[in-house]
Amino acid sequence: MTSTITTRGPGVRTDRRRTVRVGPFSGVVRTRQLLLPVVALVVLVLVSAVSLGRGDYPIGLGDVLRTLVGLGDPTQQFIVTELRAPRIVVGVLVGLALGLSGALIQTFARNPLASPDTLGINAGASAAAVGVIVLGGGSGAAAGLLGGLGLPLAALLGGLLVALLIFALAWRGGVDGYRLVLVGVGLSAVGFALVDWLLTRSDITEAAAATVWLTGSLNARTWDQAWPLGLALAVLLPVALALSRQLGVLQFGDDTARALGVRVGATQAVVVLVSVALAAAAVAAAGPVQFVALVVPQVAVRLAGGSRPPLLASALLGAVLVVGADLLARTVLPVALPVGIVTAVVGAPYLLWLLVRGRRSITA
Amino acid sequence: MASAVRPAPAELAEQVAAEQRRRGLLRGPATRIGGLWLLLALVVVAAGLSVAVGTRAVDLGTVWHALTDSSATGDDVVVIRELRVPRTVLGILVGLSLGVAGALMQGHTRNPLGDPGLLGVAAGASAAVVGAIFLLGITTPSGYVWFAFLGALLGSVAVFLIGSSGRGGATPVSLALAGAALSALLYALIRTVLITDQQTLDSFRFWVVGSLAGRDSAVAWQVLPFVVVGLVLAMVNAPALNLLGMGEDVARGLGQHVLLARVTGITAITLLTGAATAACGPIGFVGLVVPHIARAITGPDHRWLVPYSGLLGVVLLLVADVVGRVVVRPGELQVGIVLALVGAPFFIALVRRRRLVAL
Repeated sequence: MTSTITTRGPGVRTDRRRTVRVGPFSGVVRTRQLLLPVVALVVLVLVSAVSLGRGDYPIGLGDVLRTLVGLGDPTQQFIVTELRAPRIVVGVLVGLALGLSGALIQTFARNPLASPDTLGINAGASAAAVGVIVLGGGSGAAAGLLGGLGLPLAALLGGLLVALLIFALAWRGGVDGYRLVLVGVGLSAVGFALVDWLLTRSDITEAAAATVWLTGSLNARTWDQAWPLGLALAVLLPVALALSRQLGVLQFGDDTARALGVRVGATQAVVVLVSVALAAAAVAAAGPVQFVALVVPQVAVRLAGGSRPPLLASALLGAVLVVGADLLARTVLPVALPVGIVTAVVGAPYLLWLLVRGRRSITA
Repeated sequence: MASAVRPAPAELAEQVAAEQRRRGLLRGPATRIGGLWLLLALVVVAAGLSVAVGTRAVDLGTVWHALTDSSATGDDVVVIRELRVPRTVLGILVGLSLGVAGALMQGHTRNPLGDPGLLGVAAGASAAVVGAIFLLGITTPSGYVWFAFLGALLGSVAVFLIGSSGRGGATPVSLALAGAALSALLYALIRTVLITDQQTLDSFRFWVVGSLAGRDSAVAWQVLPFVVVGLVLAMVNAPALNLLGMGEDVARGLGQHVLLARVTGITAITLLTGAATAACGPIGFVGLVVPHIARAITGPDHRWLVPYSGLLGVVLLLVADVVGRVVVRPGELQVGIVLALVGAPFFIALVRRRRLVAL
């Protein structure tokens, strides 16, 4: 797929890669790319378990694990599975969806700044949700709507509608990554202008409620939010992973990919649709938890090596970031802040550090 | 000295054809200077509209009277002189700044998404303004000016330092990533304050939409020196950007001091967007859209692109401001909102219709 020898920096140093030959087949084993998802999965399980134990009624790690396999006492069973688990599960699913969505869209657009945020999904969902909060009646009604189904559904529809519009507007006998991103930026500007305008028109308490939603939060999430997102992931994750090889070939450019037997137009359409659906489902569940989709693929590609964000590792690292950030927000900080703030405060310096220390620039 | 490899004739013809496609609508210095005069005329028309049209209906005779006769009195004259003229002047300065900064930004990052906001300018300014409201209780637009300017300055300096400290130096990608990361961090801090303190949210939400209204004439004078210096630096930087567009190595080979050009450009962008943001709050769309329109007219030569972008920025900003005053009478739609609502469809149409002129 990629060349087996790369040169780095001044003075030629070849990258020694292990090759495996089985009969007529041979391939390169990239240890870091194989190890990263495993490590991320282990970390994710640990962080989730710790998070399940923490709260007003602390439960030890061992008890948590025992409860999860159905051996805990009834009180702990209730607290873990009914009160805390939905929040953690929504966090994991949102992280998976956002990380994967970001990796797909960055690979497709070949632009590290492309993410569902720049593609207008967050803008559309935000405009719809803030519209519901601000125009949906007084502050009491808004507070009621926040917990109900009205808001997630509005956000989902808003996000999908804008994404669809972007896709339709960018379509000219095929989708060009460059054109798609530009159209997305244009429509995002409209969405966020509407949000800003609605905020200036609204009552201050509604504006405050809208600000919390706009930050992305896991507060008061139940199984109602987890199921739709889980279903979406169950369908879309395998599709995305199945596309991995074609995505790798697309990196060489449309013409080369076509010559190598990839159906460029169809692949691109599927990639974009999968990415958009994942992001919209995540936003509907937790609000726009910004920065996960942007930063996680970039972190993953730097950790794993290679020329593009690895899909599975990006998804898992996204989940680690969201759940870990939520854990931090609930336990370490004096004020209970929405998870969206912590993902940015934790993720941004990490990206900055990687940039400062960075061994090379990544273009995809 | 290595001699250049001469391309084969067929290859050369192909290159020439490609070059002509890239050149844009207006070719040759004479037509382009003519185009600049036309744009200048458009600026005058837009400024005239901005002075004459508003929530309060004032007939043209009175407008002319108020502008030319210093002894004129009356409510209408006060409205023209004290509100609309300063607002128009501010609109010209801000439009010029944002347009030119956008052209420089896209040139330096070679990224079509290169909005000046990417350099951390808007985020820095916003953070400083939130700090000023939350900690010092300042709530007037002219009170925000210095805080916003300082924040914009610090934001972009931080982004440049972080972006250039990696091993590859200040590459466009590392700069853009550093800007995105720092912006996200600052917006998280801003959100923290906004969630915990409703009063700050109440003031901040009116600043962050971006508006020319309610700024007294002192604001224009406060930001004027920075705009002038920024514009001069931008024009100095334009030829260097043409060389940098061919890649840093080629530019260096042709005798361009790369670091000097980068620093000049970043300084100009910072001064211009800092001044604009300080005066009106973050106005996003001008710096993003205008260079694309300008590039469609002039092609990629930055010596033309920069002035065209500046004048187009003025026209766009003033017209958007006038539209905002007219559409929801007796209220007003802030110019930042109008720009997004009017600019975005136009931008999308442009993206769809034209073969995008490559950067």
